[in-house]
Amino acid sequence: MSTASLTLLVGTRKGAFTLRSDASRRRWRLEGPQFLGSIINHVVQDPRNRKTMLMAAKTGHLGPTVYRSADAGRTWKEAKKPPAFAKGRGAGAKRSVNHVFWLTPGHASQKKVWFAGSIPDGLFRTRDAGDTWEPMNGFNEHPNRKNWRIEGPPGGVMTHSILIDPRDPRHMYVSLSAAGIFESKDGGANWGPLNRGIESDFMPGKELEYGHDPHCVALHPLHPDRMYHQNHCGIYRLDRPADRWTRIGRAMPRRIRDIGFPIVLHPRDPDTLWVFPMDGTTVWPRVSPDGKPAAYRSRDGGRSWERQDRGFPREQAWYTVRRQAFVADSRNPVGLYLGTTGGEIWSSRNEGGSWSCLAAHLPEVLSVSVAEAR
Amino acid sequence: MLVRIPSPLHSYTKGVSEVEAEGRSVAQVLDELDRRYPGLRFRIIDEHDEIRPHIRIFVNADPAPSIAHRVGARDEIMIVCALSGG
Repeated sequence: MSTASLTLLVGTRKGAFTLRSDASRRRWRLEGPQFLGSIINHVVQDPRNRKTMLMAAKTGHLGPTVYRSADAGRTWKEAKKPPAFAKGRGAGAKRSVNHVFWLTPGHASQKKVWFAGSIPDGLFRTRDAGDTWEPMNGFNEHPNRKNWRIEGPPGGVMTHSILIDPRDPRHMYVSLSAAGIFESKDGGANWGPLNRGIESDFMPGKELEYGHDPHCVALHPLHPDRMYHQNHCGIYRLDRPADRWTRIGRAMPRRIRDIGFPIVLHPRDPDTLWVFPMDGTTVWPRVSPDGKPAAYRSRDGGRSWERQDRGFPREQAWYTVRRQAFVADSRNPVGLYLGTTGGEIWSSRNEGGSWSCLAAHLPEVLSVSVAEAR
Repeated sequence: MLVRIPSPLHSYTKGVSEVEAEGRSVAQVLDELDRRYPGLRFRIIDEHDEIRPHIRIFVNADPAPSIAHRVGARDEIMIVCALSGG
């Protein structure tokens, strides 16, 4: 068993918080807030240099920015040049970054490279650990962008799930809510759609090339040909090099269905994954079905699912979990952590077998990530 | 000229709410402020030099339509964070 502590980096609608554990992951201490009043979309540790962290922030009034920490989150410094579209160029001429929504550390071989996704749709890269950012115009000004059927939720189109193939830094994926999943094999210069097999029952027509709404896409770190994704229209699996997704959510209980925001993979077993279903019926309440929160786990690649609700409220709990707010650690057994729209942090030390509440009364939780000890 | 700084930007000005600055346009004044308080400009002006949606910049009693708006030494600039909900 590891003797090191863990830290959860929690982004909320009103600031950033941390939860620090002891080695057993039984006792946790809540600290914060930092940047009280700021909308913190994502806080992420750099696995290549654990003292480095980046934070995506804005306020209701002010524009978006990125803060950097070189001392594991004790102090933060603003980026000199935050993510921004190219001024007056191509399709990006009048798109301005409203939120920095998603942060992903680059490939292990590219020590100071990170990627950021914005609202509205936009992809950005830094080569100096987050101090200065450049737009990735191969994506932002894609010649086919006008055909992507870009439709945004009220807050705008979200750029998320930036994934780097651990075998090849040039091989990347990025997703838009809503337009679909995109793949690049040349480091982001060129992009193509990866949406075959995905249903889109909110749009006319079948087998659309674009216009899909992936909520969260994941690639297995040890088996990077295995991908999963939670979509507006179901849960899917893809085994590359195939390019046609299979809807594995059909095996979920019919009364629960297979709609949700996040999807979490077991760090070692590519057949084990978790989702957190929400009510996607009628007007899309986006809360736990019947007010009874539960995670669902599959241990056979999505062929079957089991409900994991021990410890959660039995009734009258009307929250859900956003796409960045459900994560796993790398311990054995795997620890799971999720933050709710009701301002609670829940954890499981036994791979979902039982859950306990680590913190309550926080602002709406937008993201949770795991930081390993220095 | 006098520039009034709203509280959401006080983290840049170290708590100061009124500063003196020079320039012949709002853009020049903001450039000077950004040199003294790095990062301030981008929080209120986007990458296309547009004033952000929840920001207003008043020159004396009138809102400046853009940062190209001319200003004089006796003018007073007030940066306002417009209501933007909870």
